[in-house]
Amino acid sequence: AAAMSMNVDLRRERAAATFQPELLTHILDGGPERTRRRKEIEALVLNDPDFQHEDLNFLSRSQRYEQAIRKSSLMVMKLREHGIADPEEIYWFKSFVHRGRPEPLDLHLGMFLPTLLTQATPEQQDRFFMPAWNLEIIGTYAQTEMGHGTHLRGLETTATYDPSTQEFILNSPTVTSIKWWPGGLGKTSNHAIVLAQLYTQGQCKGLHAFIVPIRQLGTHEPLPGITVGDIGPKFGYDEMDNGYLKMDNFRIPRENMLMKYAQVEPDGTYVKPLSDKLTYGTMVFIRSLIVGDSARSLSRACTIAIRYSAVRHQSELKPGEPEPQILDYQTQQYKLFPLLATAYAFHFVGAYIKDTYHRISGDINEGDLSELPELHALTAGLKAFTSWTANAGIEECRMACGGHGYSRCSGIPDIYVTFTPSCTYEGENTVMMLQTARFLVKSYTQVSSGQQVTGMVSYLNDLSRQRIQPQHVAARTVTVRINDPGSLVEAYKARAARLVEAAAKNLQAELNHRKSKEDAWNRTSVDLVRASEAHCHYVVVKLFTAKLAEVSNTAVRAVLTDLCLLYALFGISKNAGDFLQAGILTSAQITQVNQHVKELLAVIRPNAVALVDSFDFHDVHLGSVLGRYDGNVYENMFEWAKKSPLNKTQARKLY
Amino acid sequence: SVNPDLASERQTASFSVEKLTALLDGGAEKTRIRRAVVKAIESDPVFSRENQYFQTQNERYEAAVRKAVHLQKKMHEMGWTENGPEYKYIYRALSGDVAFQLHRVFMRSISVLGSDKQIAKWIPLATQHQLIGSYAQTELGHGTYLQGLETTAVFDIATQEFILNTPKISAMKWWPGDMGRSATHTVVFAQLYIHGKCYGIHPFIVQIRSLQDHSLCPGITAGDIGPKMNFEHVDNGYLLLKNVRIPRENMLSKFCEVRPDGTYVRQGSQKINYFTMTTVRISLISDEVLTPLMKACTIAIRYSAVRRQSKLKPGEQEAKILDYQTQQEKLLPQLAAAYAFHFINDYLQELFDRGYREIQRTNFDMLPELHALSSGFKAVITHHCTAGVEICLRACGGHGYSLLSGLPSLYTKILASCIYEGENTILLLQTARFLIKCFMAARAGQPVPPSVTFLAAAKPGKCPAKSKLDFLSPDIYTEAYQHVAVRLISSTASKLQDLIQSGLKKYDAWNQCTVQLVQAAKAHCHYITVKNFAETVEKLETKAGIQRIMKHLCDLFALHGIFSNTGAFLHDGYISAAQMDMVTASYLDLLAVIRKDAVPLVDAFDFTDESLNSALGSYDGQVYQRLYEWAQKSPTNEMSPAYEKYLKPLLHNTLSKL
Repeated sequence: AAAMSMNVDLRRERAAATFQPELLTHILDGGPERTRRRKEIEALVLNDPDFQHEDLNFLSRSQRYEQAIRKSSLMVMKLREHGIADPEEIYWFKSFVHRGRPEPLDLHLGMFLPTLLTQATPEQQDRFFMPAWNLEIIGTYAQTEMGHGTHLRGLETTATYDPSTQEFILNSPTVTSIKWWPGGLGKTSNHAIVLAQLYTQGQCKGLHAFIVPIRQLGTHEPLPGITVGDIGPKFGYDEMDNGYLKMDNFRIPRENMLMKYAQVEPDGTYVKPLSDKLTYGTMVFIRSLIVGDSARSLSRACTIAIRYSAVRHQSELKPGEPEPQILDYQTQQYKLFPLLATAYAFHFVGAYIKDTYHRISGDINEGDLSELPELHALTAGLKAFTSWTANAGIEECRMACGGHGYSRCSGIPDIYVTFTPSCTYEGENTVMMLQTARFLVKSYTQVSSGQQVTGMVSYLNDLSRQRIQPQHVAARTVTVRINDPGSLVEAYKARAARLVEAAAKNLQAELNHRKSKEDAWNRTSVDLVRASEAHCHYVVVKLFTAKLAEVSNTAVRAVLTDLCLLYALFGISKNAGDFLQAGILTSAQITQVNQHVKELLAVIRPNAVALVDSFDFHDVHLGSVLGRYDGNVYENMFEWAKKSPLNKTQARKLY
Repeated sequence: SVNPDLASERQTASFSVEKLTALLDGGAEKTRIRRAVVKAIESDPVFSRENQYFQTQNERYEAAVRKAVHLQKKMHEMGWTENGPEYKYIYRALSGDVAFQLHRVFMRSISVLGSDKQIAKWIPLATQHQLIGSYAQTELGHGTYLQGLETTAVFDIATQEFILNTPKISAMKWWPGDMGRSATHTVVFAQLYIHGKCYGIHPFIVQIRSLQDHSLCPGITAGDIGPKMNFEHVDNGYLLLKNVRIPRENMLSKFCEVRPDGTYVRQGSQKINYFTMTTVRISLISDEVLTPLMKACTIAIRYSAVRRQSKLKPGEQEAKILDYQTQQEKLLPQLAAAYAFHFINDYLQELFDRGYREIQRTNFDMLPELHALSSGFKAVITHHCTAGVEICLRACGGHGYSLLSGLPSLYTKILASCIYEGENTILLLQTARFLIKCFMAARAGQPVPPSVTFLAAAKPGKCPAKSKLDFLSPDIYTEAYQHVAVRLISSTASKLQDLIQSGLKKYDAWNQCTVQLVQAAKAHCHYITVKNFAETVEKLETKAGIQRIMKHLCDLFALHGIFSNTGAFLHDGYISAAQMDMVTASYLDLLAVIRKDAVPLVDAFDFTDESLNSALGSYDGQVYQRLYEWAQKSPTNEMSPAYEKYLKPLLHNTLSKL
């Protein structure tokens, strides 16, 4: 489309904001210098003609794969050309090149190379790392099988050691053991790190990782004994060749087992690794990325929905007056503003986990693993909590855009299908919540036996003081001031304590009735998930509130405080039953909360567009006609539609 | 052979699956007819959907057109007619994957809005498929709010024609199905102008493509609006009109006519027309909303009985994921909802049939109630079922994300129902308007329609339940739902009055209460659904275990609603904190009870494997084998040019040549 001026509604919205969006962008990026650098890297991609291409919505799956692999090859080369080496900067570059979508080399860069670094011996690094770094080897990480995902111990692929030839024989003994889903496996990779049950000297030693060549270098044909291919069409991830891998008596040399920790000696003797907690570190790191991704994906959807709602006019509020912007309807604000607040909350949570991880990873390298279990438990829950919320939130944003949200030109369908698998991968969310619950129950048990607990669960310590009086924990009075974020943190704390205690007690009651621990756990799992959710919710409110004190600019702090209050109060309103049942809030207070939520909607309304502008997504990255910065929605929908492949072939043939 | 994990589920059914299927169909005879139709369609390879997940938008569209044409032949061959008992099962058998559905809407609008003369002219042409019709209402800038449409039709007395125009970009017709490529004619809704005066929205028949060579008519710009989340088989289109002239006789004139001299005449009552619009919302529930949820439940529950993961007891085999309480808590409430909404749909159909008879006797008394119910239930059912399908999708973990599970396309299709035929929030506000009005009338002692008489009779009180078993009494929970509905309606009504008394304009007060109004409307529909489910169960025959299992599902539906919205029930202390613990306990107990019949309960929906089109949900439960074989057929497994073009240079370190 030709250069158009900014839509008048958006211009007016931006002029009316009470704060400077750039200042908030700096906070989200972690400082003005980070913002500057991010935009510099963004410009490298945007100004590079090699990374331009037509709208992906009009391409078939195969074409999208081709486009992605083309860009990935260039990306690797150009990263080196530009000398970009910092992991976060690589992440920016990659996400600008691929516009926030997955790409076929994701697993090579994100799993294959890092796993070599952390789990390969120096000798193995010599053999594999540099060729992989130079892309002579492209690898993937083959863990998930058809029959098993999150429950790793159930994986069925076998690697049987044959001392006579000093080889491992890899097999997929059943249909369910076929490797299924690994990205880049279907068409791109020529190597895979395969997780398999190790058998040596007739004994199963559990899961271990093996470097397996799968395609012939030079011809790219599958090697004899290897069946490999693409698993077919999916909801999203069109550009990713998620694949399957079946191995029949496929032999690899002994030296291809990753042996930095566990080892198999030439005669087949197995040497155990020292600690298994080390793998926690990687999991914490990846889950922290998902929390950040929840924030970003929800922010993108909010940007689109809020800008569009400022541009779209519909119906009448006052008889005889022009049609109002749909953002002026209370129901529309009620759909979108709590999500906007949530997106901000999750940004701060993501930043917190990342910082904490970096802080304690120093300790980890020095062998101090004391903080890891809590962080591991916390990130499991927060991964689930934030990805579930964002998943639902993206859909709400789409719905809030009415019919046009359903068109792929809105960009939200793509955000959704790209994001939604994060509820499943890296640990299925319900399982994650139950992991957090296990930690909460353990902490509760410690407190019950008179020990103190520390960190985010320290509120459970209060329970022991309560125990002196024969009183329900929640019966203690919390004087909640609904205008004070700090006071709301206390209310969330009380709710979490109440639900953890209730779940732990129900679990105990089940244990008293039944024989098996697992059975009792299963029969309490709905309660346990609720307890974990309440705990995570508390953590999010706490971290958001804590962030406010760090903001020096008054105008920015004021608007963030409104968002923080909205986040906390909306959560109470939606979960009013928990607060009522525990006696933390009275019905009259809940009514006040509901009322205050609506007042906050009106308070936030004038800043809504500026608040999404602060996320600072470039139009190319946003990929949405409805969410364009200039707001020229309808003209560009028409331009976009004219490019649809259905308009290129004539119906006359059929006719 | 059937996977033993599924076979064992079927052996222990507590009721007759066949009897339940007949109940759902409305009698064993209907089941027989339905199965015959399904069989005839599915045995014909033209109607196969096996490759649809691999097809491009163009291929999907072409297949749908081919099916539509072939269907005419098939109907003739089978002796099916549009008025026959088989007709309503055809669409279900095709899973909606057929073109020219708007042709039917085109014909219906002419039948309802056209004069006898117009009907005589156009209906035979349409019936014989000498033209392909569409229905062009929605514009880029306006959807549910019809008065805002901007297309114009100006009457030109000199030539006795209407001149149609798209005066600005937002006035472009946008979304109408079959219009992007197929339709030759369409009914255009436009603002009528005579002598410069606007008479509001009226329907006009406009030819858009040549009947000879299918080229666009002069003044017409039309095309496809591009890729969507689903409906790839439909060419949703845009239409731009530039001084398009149509004869005066092309304005559909049953209710309004423009005379040759430009006089505008309104005749007859439009109420019957209004009623037709209302019924569309109800008529879509069965095929477009309930069927997808039932299919999703079938797929997710069968898969959950086949998928084993982790161990519940040490030393034992890995457990079926259906045995995990958290999995039951995801899926079984959706199953209960599918049954609950099936029965409320029966209730609504019956009510609308009665309404139709009354209206034909020119008794329009039922209209406001029917309108309110159709709006509210369309919104509540589409919202609930859409959420339910998504839960089923996510409950299938990674494999649910594969298109071959069938779940993504069920989801992307059903979610459109939350928007078309009226955006849900707007519809709920219409229901709320009716409820507030009735509430005021009831408080003033005036008569109110039957579905809302409880507003007058409601009394304060507390829930009398004393143990968790009491919450399995329909009287107890129905009363609780009623209480919440009345509380939300009455508190919103007082809030509205307070705001108005404090000096606010009516419309401002209304906008400030809309969040609450939406909640009140939802609570009302939820209450009616629970009440109707309980009453339906009461009337079922006790034989063959049907009533017992339906009672369990009814309890589950009701208690799940309380469990997931505890705040509303605790708010004024109607249910106490201690009672809420009983609700939770009862609810969780029920999950384990219904778990035992979960597979037979989805078997009763009686979907064939062809219609599920899912690797995870097939009747025999051979999930993994099917998934593996199907994936290998994916066109992405053909050697792609990407290797030679991009991968090879990449792997051979010749990147710089790219």
